[in-house]
Amino acid sequence: RDSSVNVVQLLLARLDNGVVWLHSDGPEKKYEIRRAKNDGKELTKEEKQRLRKEKKQQKKQKDEKGTSERAKEKKHVAPSQPVATQPPTQKAHTVLPASAPIPVPASGAPSHSSPAPSPADKPAKSRAELKAERRARQEADRASKQQSCSSSSKTKAPPSELNPVVKRLPEHVQVDDPAVVKRLAKKLERQQIPLRSDYGYKVSLFSHLHQYSRKAPLTQQLSIPSTVIHPSIVRLGLQYSQGIVVGSNARSVALLHAFKQVIRDYTTPPNEELARDLVNKLKPYISFLNQCRPLSASMGNAIKYIKKEISNIPSQFKEEEAKTKLLTCIDRYINENVVLAAKAISKYAIEKISDGDVILVYGCSSLVNHILCEAYDKSRKFRVIIVDSRPRLEGREALRRLVKQGISCTYVLISALSYVLPEVSKVFLGAHALLANGYVMSRVGTSQIALVARTFNVPVLVCCETYKFCERVQTDSFVSNELDDPDDLMVTRKGKTQLENWHDVSSLGLLNLVYDVTPPDFVDLVITDLGMIPCTSVPVVLRVKNLDHSMPVWMLERGFRHKVSPCLILHAMLHRL
Amino acid sequence: MELQAVLMAAGGGSRMMDLTYNTHKPLLPVGNKPLIWYPLNLLERVGFEEVIVITNKEVQKMISTDPKTKLDVKMKLDIVCIQEDADMGTADALRHIQQKIKTDILVVSCDLITDAALHEVVDLFRAHDATLSMLMSKAHEFTETVPGQKGKKKTGEQRDFVGVDGTGKRLLFMANEADLDEGLVIRKSIMRKHPRMHIKTGLVDAHLYCLKKSVVDFLADNKSVSSIRGELVPYLVRKQFSKSMNSPNVNDEADQNLKKKDGNANVEIQILSRDEVLLQLTRERSCWNDHRGNMSEAYHGGRLRCYVHIMDEGMCYRVNTLAAYIEANRLAPKLFHEPAVHPSAVISVLCLIGADSIIGASCQMSDKTSIKRSMIGASTTVREKVKVTNSIIMSHHRGGGSVICSNAVIGRGADIKYCLVGSA
Repeated sequence: RDSSVNVVQLLLARLDNGVVWLHSDGPEKKYEIRRAKNDGKELTKEEKQRLRKEKKQQKKQKDEKGTSERAKEKKHVAPSQPVATQPPTQKAHTVLPASAPIPVPASGAPSHSSPAPSPADKPAKSRAELKAERRARQEADRASKQQSCSSSSKTKAPPSELNPVVKRLPEHVQVDDPAVVKRLAKKLERQQIPLRSDYGYKVSLFSHLHQYSRKAPLTQQLSIPSTVIHPSIVRLGLQYSQGIVVGSNARSVALLHAFKQVIRDYTTPPNEELARDLVNKLKPYISFLNQCRPLSASMGNAIKYIKKEISNIPSQFKEEEAKTKLLTCIDRYINENVVLAAKAISKYAIEKISDGDVILVYGCSSLVNHILCEAYDKSRKFRVIIVDSRPRLEGREALRRLVKQGISCTYVLISALSYVLPEVSKVFLGAHALLANGYVMSRVGTSQIALVARTFNVPVLVCCETYKFCERVQTDSFVSNELDDPDDLMVTRKGKTQLENWHDVSSLGLLNLVYDVTPPDFVDLVITDLGMIPCTSVPVVLRVKNLDHSMPVWMLERGFRHKVSPCLILHAMLHRL
Repeated sequence: MELQAVLMAAGGGSRMMDLTYNTHKPLLPVGNKPLIWYPLNLLERVGFEEVIVITNKEVQKMISTDPKTKLDVKMKLDIVCIQEDADMGTADALRHIQQKIKTDILVVSCDLITDAALHEVVDLFRAHDATLSMLMSKAHEFTETVPGQKGKKKTGEQRDFVGVDGTGKRLLFMANEADLDEGLVIRKSIMRKHPRMHIKTGLVDAHLYCLKKSVVDFLADNKSVSSIRGELVPYLVRKQFSKSMNSPNVNDEADQNLKKKDGNANVEIQILSRDEVLLQLTRERSCWNDHRGNMSEAYHGGRLRCYVHIMDEGMCYRVNTLAAYIEANRLAPKLFHEPAVHPSAVISVLCLIGADSIIGASCQMSDKTSIKRSMIGASTTVREKVKVTNSIIMSHHRGGGSVICSNAVIGRGADIKYCLVGSA
């Protein structure tokens, strides 16, 4: 009891102005308890200073801890709370003993209150048992701490090579935080790229996202013979923001095409290495394109690939050699991941299309259109129902392409979905990205299609190339989305535009979402170039891809075909070798 | 480099001979600045660092040596001289400088005064990968009476017919009344692709063109084209819908003749062959179309595209007639923010200077003069009891009146209205 009171006093002294620290005092708290238990004396000045230093260092690493540790420690430590009744100490005690630091989310406040009540609710175990457990754990920790020289926290989970060490929120979902916006403005100024300003009133649920107007292009603020940014990148940015290049595949191919031109026109400045300088040259271009339109997941993966290829150029390569190598790499990437993948996916998908099928598609997905055209070429008999939605009305383009091929199509708006579904035998959907938890990110409206199709017991098949798989995890469409120009929602009929003066109505906000996420329960099958996998196998593909980027596709494919984890196949191959 | 600017300053000013027989058109003062300053200022504001100026020897001499014609531009001017008597058209001039042109060009005429947002024109050029992109403006009526002309302007002026599509951006048809024999003839191929066309007549062509480099190379091969506005632009607009442009592969046997006549096709294909595969793939995978209602893909598969940006508001003048010159003088001061009265002018107390007037440097206004809506050039002395209304007085003279060219002397007590006074 005395030792705990000592600890309490120490902790109180530690609290600056009564501000409660969420992040950890894990190890030092344990250290204090241990010391208190072992010595029963008050800590000396040097020890106090050392502990303060450790705390500061832990503050820096607060992002790395997971909440599982916190939960675990809460259980142990909570019942050891002293009976000391002062409410601040109580609160401090309940919060600080939550020793693993909670990763502070950007939205801040709500998490402060959450840990406080929970430890108090835990049923009190027998004190002696807990003390014994704790002592054993502290012994083990002390032993391991003596081994590790740094003051890094003992509860830090060893970073697996799969998870990046630091997880920070991207700036494009923190638009309502002025500090983040200021940081972005500074970064753009450094790269000499103009900042695009947001437009119009944003609906409060989405005020953390950017909303731009198509009538205010970024080129207004650039000099006309653009010198800072390569002309092909300016052209690409314009085509993105005006909606001339639309669709995940088209955008990545256009991006790589522009990068090819950049690489062709690039000359290494003296005293610089191509590998490092070219990557630095690409950074402002990527910021510029991001300002024109937020990057898609496929573009992100393509950029990662290109940066890796550039950095891996051996320094003894001459400039011409390096450039040719990069250009062939880009061509090969596009060929493998877009062209050949489309062929492979068509092959698998055609197995699933039988004669007499009625297939429902939504919007204009280049991959789904390709599959249907190929299936028609292979003489399958089917008809297609195209579901379309405002304001983009992309289904009209899909309709044109399929009808031009000769496929008989029906065209409905999404409001007629439940009317047409009873006659549909399968639903083919395209995807913008597949997230690591199996959710499908696609054009807004896709989740509705999948939901209603599930209700009607119609199988939903999502077609997606593997280069669109991304490591993000998202369970709702609010956190990370894209807001399109709200003026697109205005429509002129018979010369009258009803929403013309929507800015003047203070309580009216126009929302034009671009993407939504579909949970994996609504998706029956995902057809990728590696084969047909269930939605929940996406993390497996990601893991395998990350392990070895140069793992040949056939190996992965064989794994899926035999319904065996590709890792096992890899092991088998290696052992055989 | 993305664009090279070319400024055409070799024109003779054939429609304002009264003014230009003594001073060359690029150096005519408008708002006390030489006419050539306005397009140069426009280019500089937008961000150009170099301009190729095509002019004749006298103008070049005046620009480089004469201290009175200061241009105040920070850009590097690459002045190219052409013979004045060679009677070169604008396209001939482009052919002359073909060696200097390494990339797409922006052609501006020296008599353009505008505050247009140039990025609109260039964005059309970039985004749609256009061959030609130009600027036009809604014409304004000239309200000033022109000295030396009796009665209203004759309406026998040749009209331009400009056809644009539904969005108002794609240029479908362009013809001048002079070239049309009986009526307006529109080809069926255009109507099939663009069933809705808006034909406009009251537009001023700003003579600002963004042209692809392949067009300059085409000009080098086809020596018959001499004027950009008169011949090249209508030719390009027509060529958008010609059959050879739209066929995906040009068969060698069938189109040999076409290739010989049509250097453009060759050159187009040359430029397009590199990385054409990726661009084609992008276009296939992108679900965008510039029109709807028929089965064709974006741009109807055409490779030659011409775009126009039509300004609704804003100032856009071409100073090639006397009326335009006077109008421009009235409105040009709005373009720049210098004070109306130059600091070095000596103005006596009893002088009345109206709001729309501009007094140049080192002027001397004597007592009891009244200056209304006029431009007084530099180093001008205005004597007593002179009323100057609605006039443009160029530099170095004394007096008051209508349009008075340099070195004219007008005595005391003179009251000159609506006159054109030649130089002394």
